[in-house]
Amino acid sequence: MADETLDASGLNCPLPILKTKKALSKMDIGKILDVISTDAGSVKDIEAFCNQTGNKLMSAVEESGKYIFTIKKT
Amino acid sequence: MSDNKKMTIIATKGTFDWAFPPFIIASTGVAMDKKVTIFFTFYGLNLLLKDTSKLRISPIGNPAMPMKLPIGPEWLQKIDFGPKIPNIFWLLPFTEYLATYLMKKTMKKNGVATLDELRSMCQEFDVKFIACEMTVDLFGYSKNDFIDGVEFAGAATYFDECNDSNHNLYM
Repeated sequence: MADETLDASGLNCPLPILKTKKALSKMDIGKILDVISTDAGSVKDIEAFCNQTGNKLMSAVEESGKYIFTIKKT
Repeated sequence: MSDNKKMTIIATKGTFDWAFPPFIIASTGVAMDKKVTIFFTFYGLNLLLKDTSKLRISPIGNPAMPMKLPIGPEWLQKIDFGPKIPNIFWLLPFTEYLATYLMKKTMKKNGVATLDELRSMCQEFDVKFIACEMTVDLFGYSKNDFIDGVEFAGAATYFDECNDSNHNLYM
């Protein structure tokens, strides 16, 4: 269950990443953020973002054109 | 010593379309935990002006630019007018305004951030903006023409910034 949800639907690169960064910066370590995106590029980008920043990508699923990423802040 | 947490960009272009890459890469860089500095020189200074509404794209001599309508029926929106419009058309007055207007409309439709939005995001993320003092003087700008938070310095300062950075991009 996510602590926070960020709806980045309709936004294109790099906005989903920038908004994810902003949302995570306001959260405490160990909290979970769900990011909803419609940008197909965010599938690779969120993964790369987590690789670089050390946050943990717990799951990435696609549901009828929407991508839902669950990220744990570390 | 090289520090993979630092990036510098030299921004040299001042047309509306080329204003985006430096701000996109810079803001994303900070999101990826990099410390970012952009050095704006020559036409790149346009990107720091308080009023960015005067920035235009130039379709003249730009054969790579796709030109699709952001409005109208779907079949019409699929047509790429870029190769179909002779270059001489773009010599007519106000065609730059038309091309810029259509580009802005297409960007909005695609959920692309506006230039001012990306720039303020960079500032919020503490991207360091350095304006090249020499070109500020050369083009007759006043420091008041630029947004707040800009530092004014020269090429030596750029080297001081990029010395410990391992991503150094020229745009």
